[in-house]
Amino acid sequence: MTGLALFNLFILVFMVVAAVISLRVKDLLTASVVFGIYSFLMCLLWAEMGAVDVAFTEAAVGAGVSAVFLVATVFNVKRMSSD
Amino acid sequence: MFGEDGLLNELLVERFNYCVYVVLLLIGLYAMIAKNNLIKKLIGMSIFQTAIILFYVSIGVKEGGTIPIYVAEHDPHGHHAEHQAHPEEANATEETEENATTATTLHEEDHGHHGPRSLTDEETSDYANPLPHVLMLTAIVVGVATLGVALALTQRIYRAYGTIEEDAVLAAILAEDASTVIPDVLATKPKRTSSKSRKAKKA
Amino acid sequence: MKKIALAVTVLTGILLLYAAQDFPAWGDLQSPASASPVSKHFIADTGVDTEVPNMVTAVLADYRGFDTMFETVVIFIAGIAIIGILRRTGADADAPALKRENEIAAEPDLIVTNTVRLLVPVIQLFAFYVLAHGHVSPGGGFQGGVIMGASFILVALAWDLPKAMDRLSVDRAVMLAGVGILIYAGIGLFSMLLGGEFLDYAELSHVLPVSREMARYHAMLGVEIGVAFTVTAVMFAIYANLSTRGRLEGGL
Repeated sequence: MTGLALFNLFILVFMVVAAVISLRVKDLLTASVVFGIYSFLMCLLWAEMGAVDVAFTEAAVGAGVSAVFLVATVFNVKRMSSD
Repeated sequence: MFGEDGLLNELLVERFNYCVYVVLLLIGLYAMIAKNNLIKKLIGMSIFQTAIILFYVSIGVKEGGTIPIYVAEHDPHGHHAEHQAHPEEANATEETEENATTATTLHEEDHGHHGPRSLTDEETSDYANPLPHVLMLTAIVVGVATLGVALALTQRIYRAYGTIEEDAVLAAILAEDASTVIPDVLATKPKRTSSKSRKAKKA
Repeated sequence: MKKIALAVTVLTGILLLYAAQDFPAWGDLQSPASASPVSKHFIADTGVDTEVPNMVTAVLADYRGFDTMFETVVIFIAGIAIIGILRRTGADADAPALKRENEIAAEPDLIVTNTVRLLVPVIQLFAFYVLAHGHVSPGGGFQGGVIMGASFILVALAWDLPKAMDRLSVDRAVMLAGVGILIYAGIGLFSMLLGGEFLDYAELSHVLPVSREMARYHAMLGVEIGVAFTVTAVMFAIYANLSTRGRLEGGL
């Protein structure tokens, strides 16, 4: 197994883990931040696939702005979720 | 089952990435249906969306291909480095491939006397397919704008009902419906709806 | 509900995995998407047609310019929709603010504000670089615009919204978003006036002192600037409305 394939596997596994965690935690603020981590892992995966423009967009939009939007909303509604 | 042509071999070894995308998509789908909290549903929606975007970008991947930006030797403005390295060879090879259309595009500030040329079929396979990248780039930005709209709607629901749990919102809507008195349709609404209500009466 | 959801999910999963066998292998050069003449044309002829080294920018702003223009319009409409959804009118406007669950009444933090003070100019300069350098390196109007919008959001996060609104008010942001689309459509219409088709940038060589290819190169920068205007303004307008529940006052 080459280094790139290992890197690929590592990111894919952590992406699934991050997705599950962000949906399972009861604290929505944690969920938003973990979703930011998920987006950042996605950005690494795209950079590895050679889609640099997409990776750049995801780094700015997914990991940056959309996480901020989620946090802004969580602060204005209830922070704890029932599930 | 793990043999050369087995299903599991084909899925888990050769198409492992696609399997992970399917898993991510399912996580998102499950969250959209089963989660009770509206923000959790939106996170699920975003995960669903990114899984599809991942699938699209994967289509453009080429074995041994580089990023879709021209390397120095194919760069329409980047011949300078190559000129200094081995000027005779570079000019010789590129002049032969110059065709009529590129010859007219020459401009003064370019050092060389050769314009950019169209790449051959072998050379195009060195670059990842740019088309999926373009489509997905705009999809990501539009995705965050629509996520913003969804979050605004969530805040509006919270303002109206004081909760963002789906079952509580539904209960509040039902209670509201039960408490409102439905006005007499025939008395208040003129002709256009009357045919409908007449039909309803017959039935 | 959970059982139905699980059943639907499992069923979808089986269908998708069944379909996954028919996908082309990873990185297959002969896969339908990579072997199609469209993709080959974009890779082979972008340099000849437009002299832009970054194919993604060329396809985004030139070959598929019409698509990108309306994507920008979608973003603009999303921004307008959010302002419309969260706007307070009538009795709603006078209603006392609901107490937030985690209200933090504190002065802006000294360390945070000073860091942001140092950071914002760098971020904005980087946004301009990303925008202007989108032809030769990863980047372009969308990325530059988002980074620019993020710098205003950072100011609003470190101090409070009015501090950021001094620099870019939401009303002006909406106007700026419209201006961005006008720039984009204006370049398209201008090339139409010069005898080409809508968004046929090559016609701009009649008024620019450059070749037809370089006219496309420069016009792409023009439309990217339009996109960046819209994205910057809309990102900030969305944040301003979401963070204050449409009141546009106070901090997060």
